Amino acid sequence: MTRRRLVLSVNGSDHEVWVLPSDTLLDVLHDELGLADVRYGCGEGVCGTCTVLLDGEPVNGCLTLAVQAAGRQVTTLRGLMGPGETLHPLQACFLRRGASQCGFCTPGMILTALDLVRRRGRPSREEIKYALVGNLCRCTGYTKILDAVEEYADRAADTPDGVPS
Amino acid sequence: MTTVGPPQPAGGQQLTEEQLTGQPGSRYRVVGRSPAHHDFIDKVKGSLHYAADWRLPGMLHGRIVRSALPSARISGIDVSAARALPGVVAVLTAADVPNNRIVEMASGGLAELEVSMPVLAEDRVRYMGEPVALVAAVTQQIAHEAAELVVVDYEELPGVFDVESARAESSPRVHDVGNTLVSWQIQCGDVDSALAASDVVVEGEYRSQHVEHAYLEPEAGVGWLENGVLTLRVSTQVIEHAAMIARILQLPQSKVRVIAAYMGGGFGGKEDMTVEPYLALLVWHTRRPVRMIWDRQESLVGSTKRHPFIMRYRTGASSDGTLTAQRVEILGDAGAYPNLSPRVLFAAAACACGPYRVPNASITSSAVFTNNVPSSAFRGFGAMQIVLGYESQMDELAARLGMSRTELRERNFLAKGDLLPTGERLGTCVEVGQTMHRAVALLGEPPTPSGPGKVTGRGIGCNRHPYGRTIWFRDKAAAWLSLQADGTLLIRCGVTDLGAGQAASLCQIAAEVLGTPLDDISIYIGDSALNPPAGGTFATRQLYMSGNAVLQAARELRERMAPVAADLLSVQPDGLEFAAGRVWPAGAAGADGAGDDAAPEAGSAAGGVSVTLAELAAACEQRAISTAHLSVWRAEAGSFDPRTGRGDTFPDYTYGTHAADVEVDTETGQVTVLRYAACHDVGRAINPMRVEGQIQGGAMQGLGYALTEDMDIQDGYAQAALFADYLIPNAQDYPDVLVDIVESGEGKGPLGARGIGEPPIGNVAATIASAIQDAIGVRPAQLPMTPERVLALIDARDA
Repeated sequence: MTRRRLVLSVNGSDHEVWVLPSDTLLDVLHDELGLADVRYGCGEGVCGTCTVLLDGEPVNGCLTLAVQAAGRQVTTLRGLMGPGETLHPLQACFLRRGASQCGFCTPGMILTALDLVRRRGRPSREEIKYALVGNLCRCTGYTKILDAVEEYADRAADTPDGVPS
Repeated sequence: MTTVGPPQPAGGQQLTEEQLTGQPGSRYRVVGRSPAHHDFIDKVKGSLHYAADWRLPGMLHGRIVRSALPSARISGIDVSAARALPGVVAVLTAADVPNNRIVEMASGGLAELEVSMPVLAEDRVRYMGEPVALVAAVTQQIAHEAAELVVVDYEELPGVFDVESARAESSPRVHDVGNTLVSWQIQCGDVDSALAASDVVVEGEYRSQHVEHAYLEPEAGVGWLENGVLTLRVSTQVIEHAAMIARILQLPQSKVRVIAAYMGGGFGGKEDMTVEPYLALLVWHTRRPVRMIWDRQESLVGSTKRHPFIMRYRTGASSDGTLTAQRVEILGDAGAYPNLSPRVLFAAAACACGPYRVPNASITSSAVFTNNVPSSAFRGFGAMQIVLGYESQMDELAARLGMSRTELRERNFLAKGDLLPTGERLGTCVEVGQTMHRAVALLGEPPTPSGPGKVTGRGIGCNRHPYGRTIWFRDKAAAWLSLQADGTLLIRCGVTDLGAGQAASLCQIAAEVLGTPLDDISIYIGDSALNPPAGGTFATRQLYMSGNAVLQAARELRERMAPVAADLLSVQPDGLEFAAGRVWPAGAAGADGAGDDAAPEAGSAAGGVSVTLAELAAACEQRAISTAHLSVWRAEAGSFDPRTGRGDTFPDYTYGTHAADVEVDTETGQVTVLRYAACHDVGRAINPMRVEGQIQGGAMQGLGYALTEDMDIQDGYAQAALFADYLIPNAQDYPDVLVDIVESGEGKGPLGARGIGEPPIGNVAATIASAIQDAIGVRPAQLPMTPERVLALIDARDA
């Protein structure tokens, strides 16, 4: 198979890569672009550790071909941070609530939860649980993750533009 | 938010101010709070680099060729096609391994058979997934293709796949020396007479399953040569495997270095070596950097599992509910090689009677070889499986005697000073009763069924779980601290970090003693060459061991520097306070370490009332007093006699109780967990949020074990080929885990802490079984308690 040129827009910057048609978005982001916040966990779309936002929607990087991302905006966890690595408010909630243990699932959890709050405003705890079924965590037991997302959603609901300061 | 109740007095004494306020501020400024620390900040940013995240120039990709059969002779291996594939740099087989025999002797040779495990199988494979050959290639894709091209000729041999068959003389032998790897005995009193004289006797057989660790980060690492040293940076709980890797390659130990990345979970599955020996061989032969990442599907087939147990219990009691005798037989499926099975089955034996006083006991616990994938360490390590055994017996006894389940337990709980069946005396308080009442209280009012065909029930499960290594290993851990010229602090300690905050807790302890702000501390961990050794992170031992090492090192360093600080402050060294980056005279630091407002001149260094740690470091330097310090902390030593079954087993235990409400659908057998509560005595919570996190995470893993998880292996063949086939809990499966923490102040860890890593997974299966029994009137005895099995119990009851 021959490689083809692809321009990937990741976290606001364009990257030129040469990929095989069979290369997954996960492989290209992790191994070619060195984005360690997009992680291989199962390769089956079951665990959610490779979650990225594609035009704002969460997808499994292991089930998405790199070529499918052409002309679209890819956002990884690191893309949420402000200048000087200031934490996104949802990241701050995860930190404050102790919602990370080993941290391996954290990027996927945060991106999936962020999409939910953007779509639903103030989701119920049950809605948050439902949205996160595709993001497995083996360490925390989920309780503190749900606490963190609820706190973020509460604060987001209190601001006019839905983005807490 | 979960409940952290106002602490109750331990053992009935007066409440201290610390207990009343719920804030240990009266005694501690840093310990007892829940600051977020360095690794957690990196984790929420996504900037932490795990083992798979390193790339090196010229790096190759390694791949293992694994056995397709569970029991077979290898009549030939043809690697020519694999070697011929463009991009392949090396294909290795057993002949390429300098020393191909790993002898583990997990109990130190106390009682087990000596059986070696090949790094790569030579003429025989003993389980499906056993490594047979290795490939290194320039891309991962080529390495995968080359592995497929390695042709192994097998002659299938009869295998043995369950422990009871394996014990029969006529069964195929997994190893020539025999199929019973170890058989531990613990005896006290006269069980036969005591059972005969008991008013009631209950018995039961309980079975558990193979379980997968399912850490989200698969096994991974990179290796390279640097200054003639073979260096591996891997996801491992144990950097001390460097010594074993040196033996395999027949290198001096000084020529192998293992660096542990922060792990994406381990739970015991990264306690044995995973990628290490294979990476080491490929690096050594190719002289190039190599990366190896196991596929999830490869990890499912080839990684170690939790031991399935068969547990047979017979328990006697007098009519008032006092336990008189217990006979316990435990069989554990070791799989094809020893790994850590001898110690796992020992822990099961040592804890077989639970948190109860049993005057007459006879316990046997055996690890048996089969042609299944090897079992080894998994959070709970034998002491967790047996909770289902002893707690089922307590519930059966309560039912037989017409007593409440809590009353029966209360009558039999161990207390400080009691003897265990091994003849050991318990040296710390036993607050298991308090944990039981608090866990039940968290549940609130019992639920009512949601509709027709539904029944509800409430269950409890108590446990006694060891922390620290088996005592005959004479465990030790070392730490090195250095106050830098600018007043900041370095810690070096060979601890590895599973994600539970192992490193962060050490920082909190050092900050408490030396007064260095947490942001001014950097900690270097997990390097066998550059860190003082701390032992691996397993056996709930790191807070106990490395925590005590750091506490001791910090206290000794402080003691050395205190006379210098006293000199600068023109006061006596007694009672000096180290807080908020400064040293203060006795009583001047104030509650937050920023100076006592009540003392008008306090808080002003200019006024000479306190000195900064930087000023102290400079003054020490002027006086030729070192501000760096290495300290080795040693656990208490003891010995165990495997012939008499008497002696010392573990340093101490953590006690706890879980309670749950469930609803059972009698039409389908489906069990819904409605409420779940857990309470453990952790002695002292160094970081309460992380203690809660350990309890919640342990309980959730336990719920998967109790209700859905089953690494089904049929005739040696793993039935789960995909992660999708193996059902770990997701966010929607179970309710929040409510947590209450007891701080008795009486543990053997630093500042009175007890370990909490493993204990909270132990109670769960027994708790759910207890609740199901309460709902349907029949006790489940086989895990996981699937709808099919629960429905069969209901059908059998109604038949």
